[in-house]
Amino acid sequence: MPLYLNEDQAMLADTVTGFLADEGSIKKQLRHYRDMNCKDGFGHALWKQFAEMGLTGMLAAEADGGLGMGHVEAGVVLKEIGRNLTPSPFLTTSVMGVTALSEASADLKGRYLPGVIAGDAVLAVAIDEGAKHRPERIAARAERSGNGFRLSGRKDFVVQGASADAIIVAARTSGSDSDADGITLFAVPRDAAGVGHNSVRLVDSAMASHVTFDNVELDGSAVIGEVDGGRALLNKVLAAGRLGAAAEQTGVASGAFDITTAYLKTRKQFGQLIGEFQALQHRAAHLYSEIEIADATVMKAQQLLDAGSEKAELMVAVAKAKAGKAASLAVREGVQMHGGVGMTDEFDIGLYMKRDRALAEFLGDQYYHAQKVAELSGY
Amino acid sequence: MTDLEAFRQEIRAWLEENCPPEMREPVRDDDDVCWGGRNFTFKNAAQKLWLDRCVAKGYTVPDWPKAYGGAGMTPAEAKIWREEMVRINARPPLSSFGIWMLGPALLKFGTEEQKVHYLGQIARGEIRWCQGYSEPGSGSDLVSLQTFGEDKGDHWVVNGQKIWTSYANKADWIFCLVRTDKTNKYQGISFLLFDMTSPGVTTKPIKLISGSSPFCETFFDNVKVPKDQIVGQLNRGWDVAKYLLGHEREMISATGGADRAGSLGATLGRNGALEDPVLRAQVALFDVDALAFTAMSEKFMDEVKVGKGHPAFPNLMKYAGTELNKARHELLMSAGGSTALEWESEETDGGALPRAWLRTKANSIEGGTSEVMLNVVSKRILELPGA
Repeated sequence: MPLYLNEDQAMLADTVTGFLADEGSIKKQLRHYRDMNCKDGFGHALWKQFAEMGLTGMLAAEADGGLGMGHVEAGVVLKEIGRNLTPSPFLTTSVMGVTALSEASADLKGRYLPGVIAGDAVLAVAIDEGAKHRPERIAARAERSGNGFRLSGRKDFVVQGASADAIIVAARTSGSDSDADGITLFAVPRDAAGVGHNSVRLVDSAMASHVTFDNVELDGSAVIGEVDGGRALLNKVLAAGRLGAAAEQTGVASGAFDITTAYLKTRKQFGQLIGEFQALQHRAAHLYSEIEIADATVMKAQQLLDAGSEKAELMVAVAKAKAGKAASLAVREGVQMHGGVGMTDEFDIGLYMKRDRALAEFLGDQYYHAQKVAELSGY
Repeated sequence: MTDLEAFRQEIRAWLEENCPPEMREPVRDDDDVCWGGRNFTFKNAAQKLWLDRCVAKGYTVPDWPKAYGGAGMTPAEAKIWREEMVRINARPPLSSFGIWMLGPALLKFGTEEQKVHYLGQIARGEIRWCQGYSEPGSGSDLVSLQTFGEDKGDHWVVNGQKIWTSYANKADWIFCLVRTDKTNKYQGISFLLFDMTSPGVTTKPIKLISGSSPFCETFFDNVKVPKDQIVGQLNRGWDVAKYLLGHEREMISATGGADRAGSLGATLGRNGALEDPVLRAQVALFDVDALAFTAMSEKFMDEVKVGKGHPAFPNLMKYAGTELNKARHELLMSAGGSTALEWESEETDGGALPRAWLRTKANSIEGGTSEVMLNVVSKRILELPGA
């Protein structure tokens, strides 16, 4: 498969690019909901529009009412979300949540998927425990209780957790904290007794929860996939989420780069355009090169993941690390090249820096994933 | 079975049958490379046999037309050929600047007569070519070159000096940029071909920091060049040169990624060289870049095949690929410790590691410096203002 978008994918990209540049713009979405101190951190009206465009269920199987598309297509959407800094539950709901539900019972799918596809429901994913992403260690425990389970523990960085209709929780049902086995995924409904949210606003204006589970009673139908055998599904959800975040970061990088080069072509100092200075030209060209490489890497990983290749895991780690590196450079160079106005809230470049910081941390930063590359390469 | 699958089976069977076992060993040094030419001495019988068999099938230049000594493969078939070669670690039957550089220029700019004559010689490995571009005063600013060809009716008389001419002392012919009009900077250069045994041509090898001498200074003292030995139009040699530089940059950029399979850390880890956690971390970060660039190379090649992508993109590839290769060799040196300092010892294969490390420093200089590449990217792709 060649490493560029096929005709259908290019058409999707055209449509989504126009749609998000217009409806998902920084002014209409990010600034609007930020400035009104929105408790969800995103707009439900836009989420409904996502549904009308068929985007909410793009990864769901056709048999489940979705479009049965792949990560290349989801990445097309995420890249534009990144470019416009659009606050959206798309990544947690339509990518990670839907991937988790793909292995759920018909009953559980029926409970959540129609709402997601219609743009009425939102899902959150609870994996992290602590400030850094370390999914190898999961301490939140679900003990057998009657026909179901009793879940206790604490999860952090649950993005849009307080707005979600269900939280997909990775919990331990057997073994000790660092065991690979003994993990089970649960879909915990919004109104379950014993779920506590400490919802906080993040640097990029998104909302995330520290969620506590205090003897939350779940019946057996809340289990997604196999009891104790959830690590493989968790890894699948993680791969989808990491690659989605990487795609979004390439969009953040491109967006930051575009407004920065536009600025280099208009801002004058010493009687000339600052884009004429070779010191800035070389840095801009290097940055462009890094972004292009990150783009290619993300697409390669998407194709491998869609094809079910055994090389996908390594390339997803490479993609998250490389996209993180490129986007970080893009926003840092962006702010610096904007000079003083880059420090103002009025200019958008600072907003790119904030979003990049949140995405970089989400599901593992570039150091975590470089470490993963080393491990997977056998050193 | 699709046609391409059948083609792959056919190639695989032919290679199995015809590629001698000695030609499936890794290339250790320049001696193992078959350069061809009038004075070439084959290292062993297998090297000659492998060349002869490939020449007979047009496989030394698989994607050139059959009429010019190639096998007439489509891009998809040529990709299969390369993949099958890699699969059995087959050495290229023939390496030469004729194949990589002059050939593509002749295919685009040559007359039919030139194509039949020169391309056939290249494909059969009969003539070894060198490239006369840079001059002492014209490096990055190549278009300022001064070597002059004076019009003498049916021939030119060429005087001047070239530098960094790869293997000029071993080459049979040279393709050379020569000024034929002193009043026009860009449209006053012609692309000439001539025999290195012509009276007035002398070469002098340049010793490099790596200890080897792959480059020469080349001097022209009243060298007579017949008028039919020009590629493209008179005074339009810069067009040919620019086209060729694009090819050269693609070729050089490829050395940073795709053909270096696997991670650096996997190799070093096996040798126990990564006990230092900080070095290990640096290698892991490098591997992220290296594996990412592999994807970039694949995307680039895929886009080239269908004419997608910006025409100046090879400059970016050249920049990123060569900088990556330098970084790789810095890490190899660090991992090697004091063993990597040994310049002459049997255990270190004659100081292969430090010599290769020093050689990589030229990667970001030859064929256009990294700084020139960044200039081109910022002007032509990013369209930043200024001269």
